[in-house]
Amino acid sequence: MDGKVFPHRHAEPRIGDRPGEAAGRPRLTPVFPRFRMVWWQFLLAPSLGAIILVLWEILARSGVYASFILPAPTDVVERWWSLASDGSLMRHGAVTLREVLSGLLIGLTAAFWLGYLIAKNRIAAYTLTPYLVALQAIPIVAIAPLLIIWFGSGIASKVIICALIVFFPALVNTIIGMRNIAPELRDLMHALEATPLQTFWHLELPAALPILLGGLKVSATLSVIGAVVGEFVSASEGLGYLINFGRGTYDTALVIAAVYTLSTLALTLYGLASLLEYILLDWQR
Amino acid sequence: MPNDTILAAEDISHTYTGPGGDLPTLESVTLELSRESFVCLVGPSGCGKSTLLRILAGLLRPTTGQVRLEAQPITQPQRRIGIVFQKANLMPWRTVYSNLSLPLELARMPASEQEERTTAMLELTGLTGFADVYPAALSGGMAQRVAIGRALIHDPEVLLLDEPFGQLDALTREQMSGELLRIWARHRKTVLMVTHSIPEAVLLADRVLVMSPRPGRIICDLPVPLPRPRSLDLLHRPDFVALTERLRRSIHPA
Repeated sequence: MDGKVFPHRHAEPRIGDRPGEAAGRPRLTPVFPRFRMVWWQFLLAPSLGAIILVLWEILARSGVYASFILPAPTDVVERWWSLASDGSLMRHGAVTLREVLSGLLIGLTAAFWLGYLIAKNRIAAYTLTPYLVALQAIPIVAIAPLLIIWFGSGIASKVIICALIVFFPALVNTIIGMRNIAPELRDLMHALEATPLQTFWHLELPAALPILLGGLKVSATLSVIGAVVGEFVSASEGLGYLINFGRGTYDTALVIAAVYTLSTLALTLYGLASLLEYILLDWQR
Repeated sequence: MPNDTILAAEDISHTYTGPGGDLPTLESVTLELSRESFVCLVGPSGCGKSTLLRILAGLLRPTTGQVRLEAQPITQPQRRIGIVFQKANLMPWRTVYSNLSLPLELARMPASEQEERTTAMLELTGLTGFADVYPAALSGGMAQRVAIGRALIHDPEVLLLDEPFGQLDALTREQMSGELLRIWARHRKTVLMVTHSIPEAVLLADRVLVMSPRPGRIICDLPVPLPRPRSLDLLHRPDFVALTERLRRSIHPA
C-alpha cells in the first residue's frame, strides 16, 4: 500500500487559514500508513492467509472433526467449483445481486430526495424526523418476516428489505451533506441570481458528494446483508437460500462456499463505490 | 438623488431579532455612492459594517429604509452588484479557471465568450499559470485574487468588498491592496469596501466613511484628495499620514 488506494490529503496550514479551521476541506484519515513497502513486504499478508489455510487443512484431515462440521479448504474449493460449473452459483448469485442492486437504487434514491427535503424544509423535518428515527429503531431482521408476508417470498420483499436497510444511513448522510454547505457559498449563488436548479447542480450536489459517496460505500455492503436476511426468512433462490439449504442438509462446504461468494460480492461492490469516489472526487487528491 | 449616484441607501435601519431579544445593528444609515468612485467603510468590530454590505447587496432586507440601484429599489440580489466576502469562498471542487467562470456559466453566456473573458481575467489577476489548480492548493492571497476576479468577471457596475483582505497576513495584505489599485485602474467600477485597516482605506479610497459602534451610524465622511494613480509609495508621504491620523481620531475621539 503506498497510500494511493486510500486517498487522503495533508493539512498544511496556509496563509489565510484560521486556526483550527482549514477552509472547509473534509479530510480522510489514512487507513494504512504511507510507507513505501519493499517487495517482500507485499508477501506478508498473503503468507499469513496461506498458513491459516494449511493449518485448517491439516486440522480437517486429521479426523478430529467430522467433515460435515469442518470441511477442509480443498473440499470447499471443490464444492465451489462444482457449483460454479453446473451454473447454480451464477444463477443464485445473479438473484442476490439483482436484489442488492435494486434495493440500493431504490433505497438511495428515496433517501436522497427525502433527505434533501428534510434539509431544506423545516416543516418536513419536524413532521417526518420522529417517524424516520422510530423506523430506524426497528431491527430489520425483526420485520423481515412481516415484509415477506406482505410482499411474497419472491424478489420484491428482498428488494424492500435491502432498500430499508440502506435507507437510514443514506438519509442521515444526505441531511448532513446538505446542511454542511457553507452559507457563504449559498450567498454567492444567491448574489449571482442562480436558479434553484443551478444551485442544486452547481452547489448542493457537488458539495454533498463526498458525504454521499462515503455513504454509498457503507450502503453497498449493508445492502448485501439485507438481501441475505430476506433470503434466510423465505426464498427459493439466492446465495442466502444456498446457505440455508446447506445448513439444512449439513452440506457445510456449500455453506462456506456461498459465504465466500457473498463476501466477494460485497467487497466488489465496496471496491466499485471506492473507485467511483476516486474518480468523482479528484479535487480532493 | 444626484445624477451620478449609482447606489444609494436611504435611511436604513436594521434590527437583528434573535432568541436573546432584539439587537439594533444599524440606525438610519444614509449613503450615496457616485459612479466609478472607490469608497471605504471603516468602524469598530461588530458595528454592523457587514450587515450594511449585505443589505446593499440585497442579501438581507433592512428593517426600515430602502436601497436603490439607480432608480430601482433593491429587494433581492442583482448580478449588477458583485460581492467579495471575507473568506475567498471558492468552490473546492472547481479549478481556479472554473471558479472564475462560474458567474458566466450561471448567466448562460455563450461558451466562446466565457472562455475569452475567463482567460482575460486569469491574466488580469496574475493567475494564468494556476488555471487548472484546485483551491486547496492556493495560498490565502491567491484565493482572494480568484474571488476578486470572480466578482469582476461578469462586469457588475458595483463591487462590494467585505474585508476581503481581513484574513491575510500584513505583507500579503499590502501587496493585495496594490493589486486592487491596479485592477481598479483597469476596470473602473463603483466600489464600496469594508476594511479594518485605516492606511488601507486611505490608500484605496476617494472617500472614507466611518461608522459608530453598534448600532452603526455613519459619523464621518472624509474625502481623500490624494492624486491618482496611487501606489504603495504613498504610505510614507506626510499628507497620507496626516489623513490616517485624522481618520484615527474620528474613530477613537480622545
